[in-house]
Amino acid sequence: MDFRLTKEQEMMQKLCREFAVNEVEPIAAEIDEQERYPFETVEKMRKLGMMGIQFPKELGGSGGDTICYSIAIEEASKFCGTTGCIISSHATLGAWPIFKYGTPEQKETWLRPLISGQKTGAFGLTEPNAGTDSAAQQTVAVKQADGTWLLNGSKVFITGGGIADTYVIFAMTDKAKGNKGISAFIVDKNDEGFKIGKIEHKMGIRGSQTSELIFEDVVLPADRLLGKENGGFKIAMTTLDGGRIGIASQALGLAQGALDQAVKYMKERVQFGKTLDKFQGLQWMVADMATKIEAARLLVRRAAFNKDNGLPYTKEAAMAKLFAAEVAMDVTTKCVQLYGGYGYIREYPMERMMRDAKITEIYEGTSQVQRMVIAGQILRK
Amino acid sequence: MKVIVCVKQVPDTSGKVAVNPDGTLNRASMATIINPDDKNAIEAALALKDATGCEVVAVTMGPPPAEGMLRELIAMGADRGVLVSGREFGGSDTFATSQILAAAIKKIGLDDDDIVMCGRQAIDGDTAQVGSQIAEKLNIPQISYAAQITKDGKKVTVKRMLEDGYMTIETQTPCLLTCIKELNTPRYMSVGGIFECYSKPVDVYDYNTLKDDPLIDPATIGLKGSPTNIFKSFTPPQKGQGRMLDGADRATCDELAAELLKKHII
Repeated sequence: MDFRLTKEQEMMQKLCREFAVNEVEPIAAEIDEQERYPFETVEKMRKLGMMGIQFPKELGGSGGDTICYSIAIEEASKFCGTTGCIISSHATLGAWPIFKYGTPEQKETWLRPLISGQKTGAFGLTEPNAGTDSAAQQTVAVKQADGTWLLNGSKVFITGGGIADTYVIFAMTDKAKGNKGISAFIVDKNDEGFKIGKIEHKMGIRGSQTSELIFEDVVLPADRLLGKENGGFKIAMTTLDGGRIGIASQALGLAQGALDQAVKYMKERVQFGKTLDKFQGLQWMVADMATKIEAARLLVRRAAFNKDNGLPYTKEAAMAKLFAAEVAMDVTTKCVQLYGGYGYIREYPMERMMRDAKITEIYEGTSQVQRMVIAGQILRK
Repeated sequence: MKVIVCVKQVPDTSGKVAVNPDGTLNRASMATIINPDDKNAIEAALALKDATGCEVVAVTMGPPPAEGMLRELIAMGADRGVLVSGREFGGSDTFATSQILAAAIKKIGLDDDDIVMCGRQAIDGDTAQVGSQIAEKLNIPQISYAAQITKDGKKVTVKRMLEDGYMTIETQTPCLLTCIKELNTPRYMSVGGIFECYSKPVDVYDYNTLKDDPLIDPATIGLKGSPTNIFKSFTPPQKGQGRMLDGADRATCDELAAELLKKHII
């Protein structure tokens, strides 16, 4: 059993660390403050192949693996939860469904621009009445006589809404069949009748644009159906499996970044005539946090390894996301505490990291959903 | 056309500096980086590759771990690498190093329309000698402190920066240029580049590969053959902040005299 990174994975870590320090960190506070999507960072990441890391070169990707994808998200998230979210959601939510379920023509038309760094992707499943209960879709796609689909409905809380060029949208195509009557479609931002609705103001990852999507009699040609008719629920669930590795990596990065900064602070801040790192109570806090982060990292890397090696990863990805998200929330909260009053002041990054960490317990399947998935995997045997 | 870039893997001197008893750097205990000025050189070469499609060859003289650096340069866009490595080369000063590198460049092959690029100086030695010495050994024209480079066929025009101004100098290929940080902003490795770099060639030149070149005289290479030797390496003590004493009254002068006495200056 080799726990070491390969040479390429180490180089990836080096690249991402340098990139995070030089490009991500300097604007992290600003994009949060202004709720501004970091177009300039995305452009730089596109040029370096960071928006298609784990996709094959033949299709326009970078030819890397899921561990490198996890590393990229982790390193970015050490400074900026928004940037980590952008890398994650574009690749696993936007591009992967088309990679896995698309026809060769769909891959050429829609996937290549996404993974070669020309366009951005998003994923539209959640609705006002269909969150964790994602099968309760009310967006509807009706097949027309000429073979086209007529799409009506709305989606809410969509990461990248209004920014993305290509959207994978889920709609009910046979209400009688419940979750076996959902289909997936590829929607382009310029499709007639497709509008961006409300843009949300969030607690954290404020630079990542989250919006409502509105579909009013959107006509989709037959070749926009992704995968099998009524096979959409499976596409959604398998996509989220992989997405969990990305979010777990984001949570991991937030936790590690917070701890790294807290440790630096503890070596400088003096109270009662000594630096904070000399107080045993605080030392023990550091030990506990570092241990949890390391455990989270092993879960994340194991899930990524399984995915790369064709092994089942549903349970592992759910465990990684569940654990890493809870660690991120715990560690960032404790790091705010270590900073004392300064942790509560917006001039210092700690409060932003705590605000960013919370979403990792919610999106791409709440921690409660992860528990459902894990229990399901174990108890069905 | 090709651009041959000489790159050095150096200890990261922005961190702690460790020194051996014999005065040489304890390189094994320090993190390594690509010498910053050499990154500007490789970027200039890659920019020429983007514009003309030329080949970029990265050369380094160093111990086996330097191959990792060559892979990083290939991941940035270089086409192949050459590692010049051998016990006989270890401990070489700039005179010896430049002979070895010149021999390696001749072995790679220096064509009429080729350029050799180097960084201005390495952060460990800070001598800025190797680039110029290589040019002399290869008998080709050199322009140092390049802050801007344009190539038009065989003509190369360089803006050479000095502290108080600059010169614009024209020369012909084959030539050698040394690059400074004002020249460009070095690019990152690309993700695709990282996953391809181990499938691109890195040749190793050892003593046997180069020994037949007239420049490789065993008496003038390696630690023993180097005309200069490191006498002592140390981290100089940090200069104190100093104190300002304002005023010309008796009390201030008394205080100044007392401080000078304390430090045995008077």
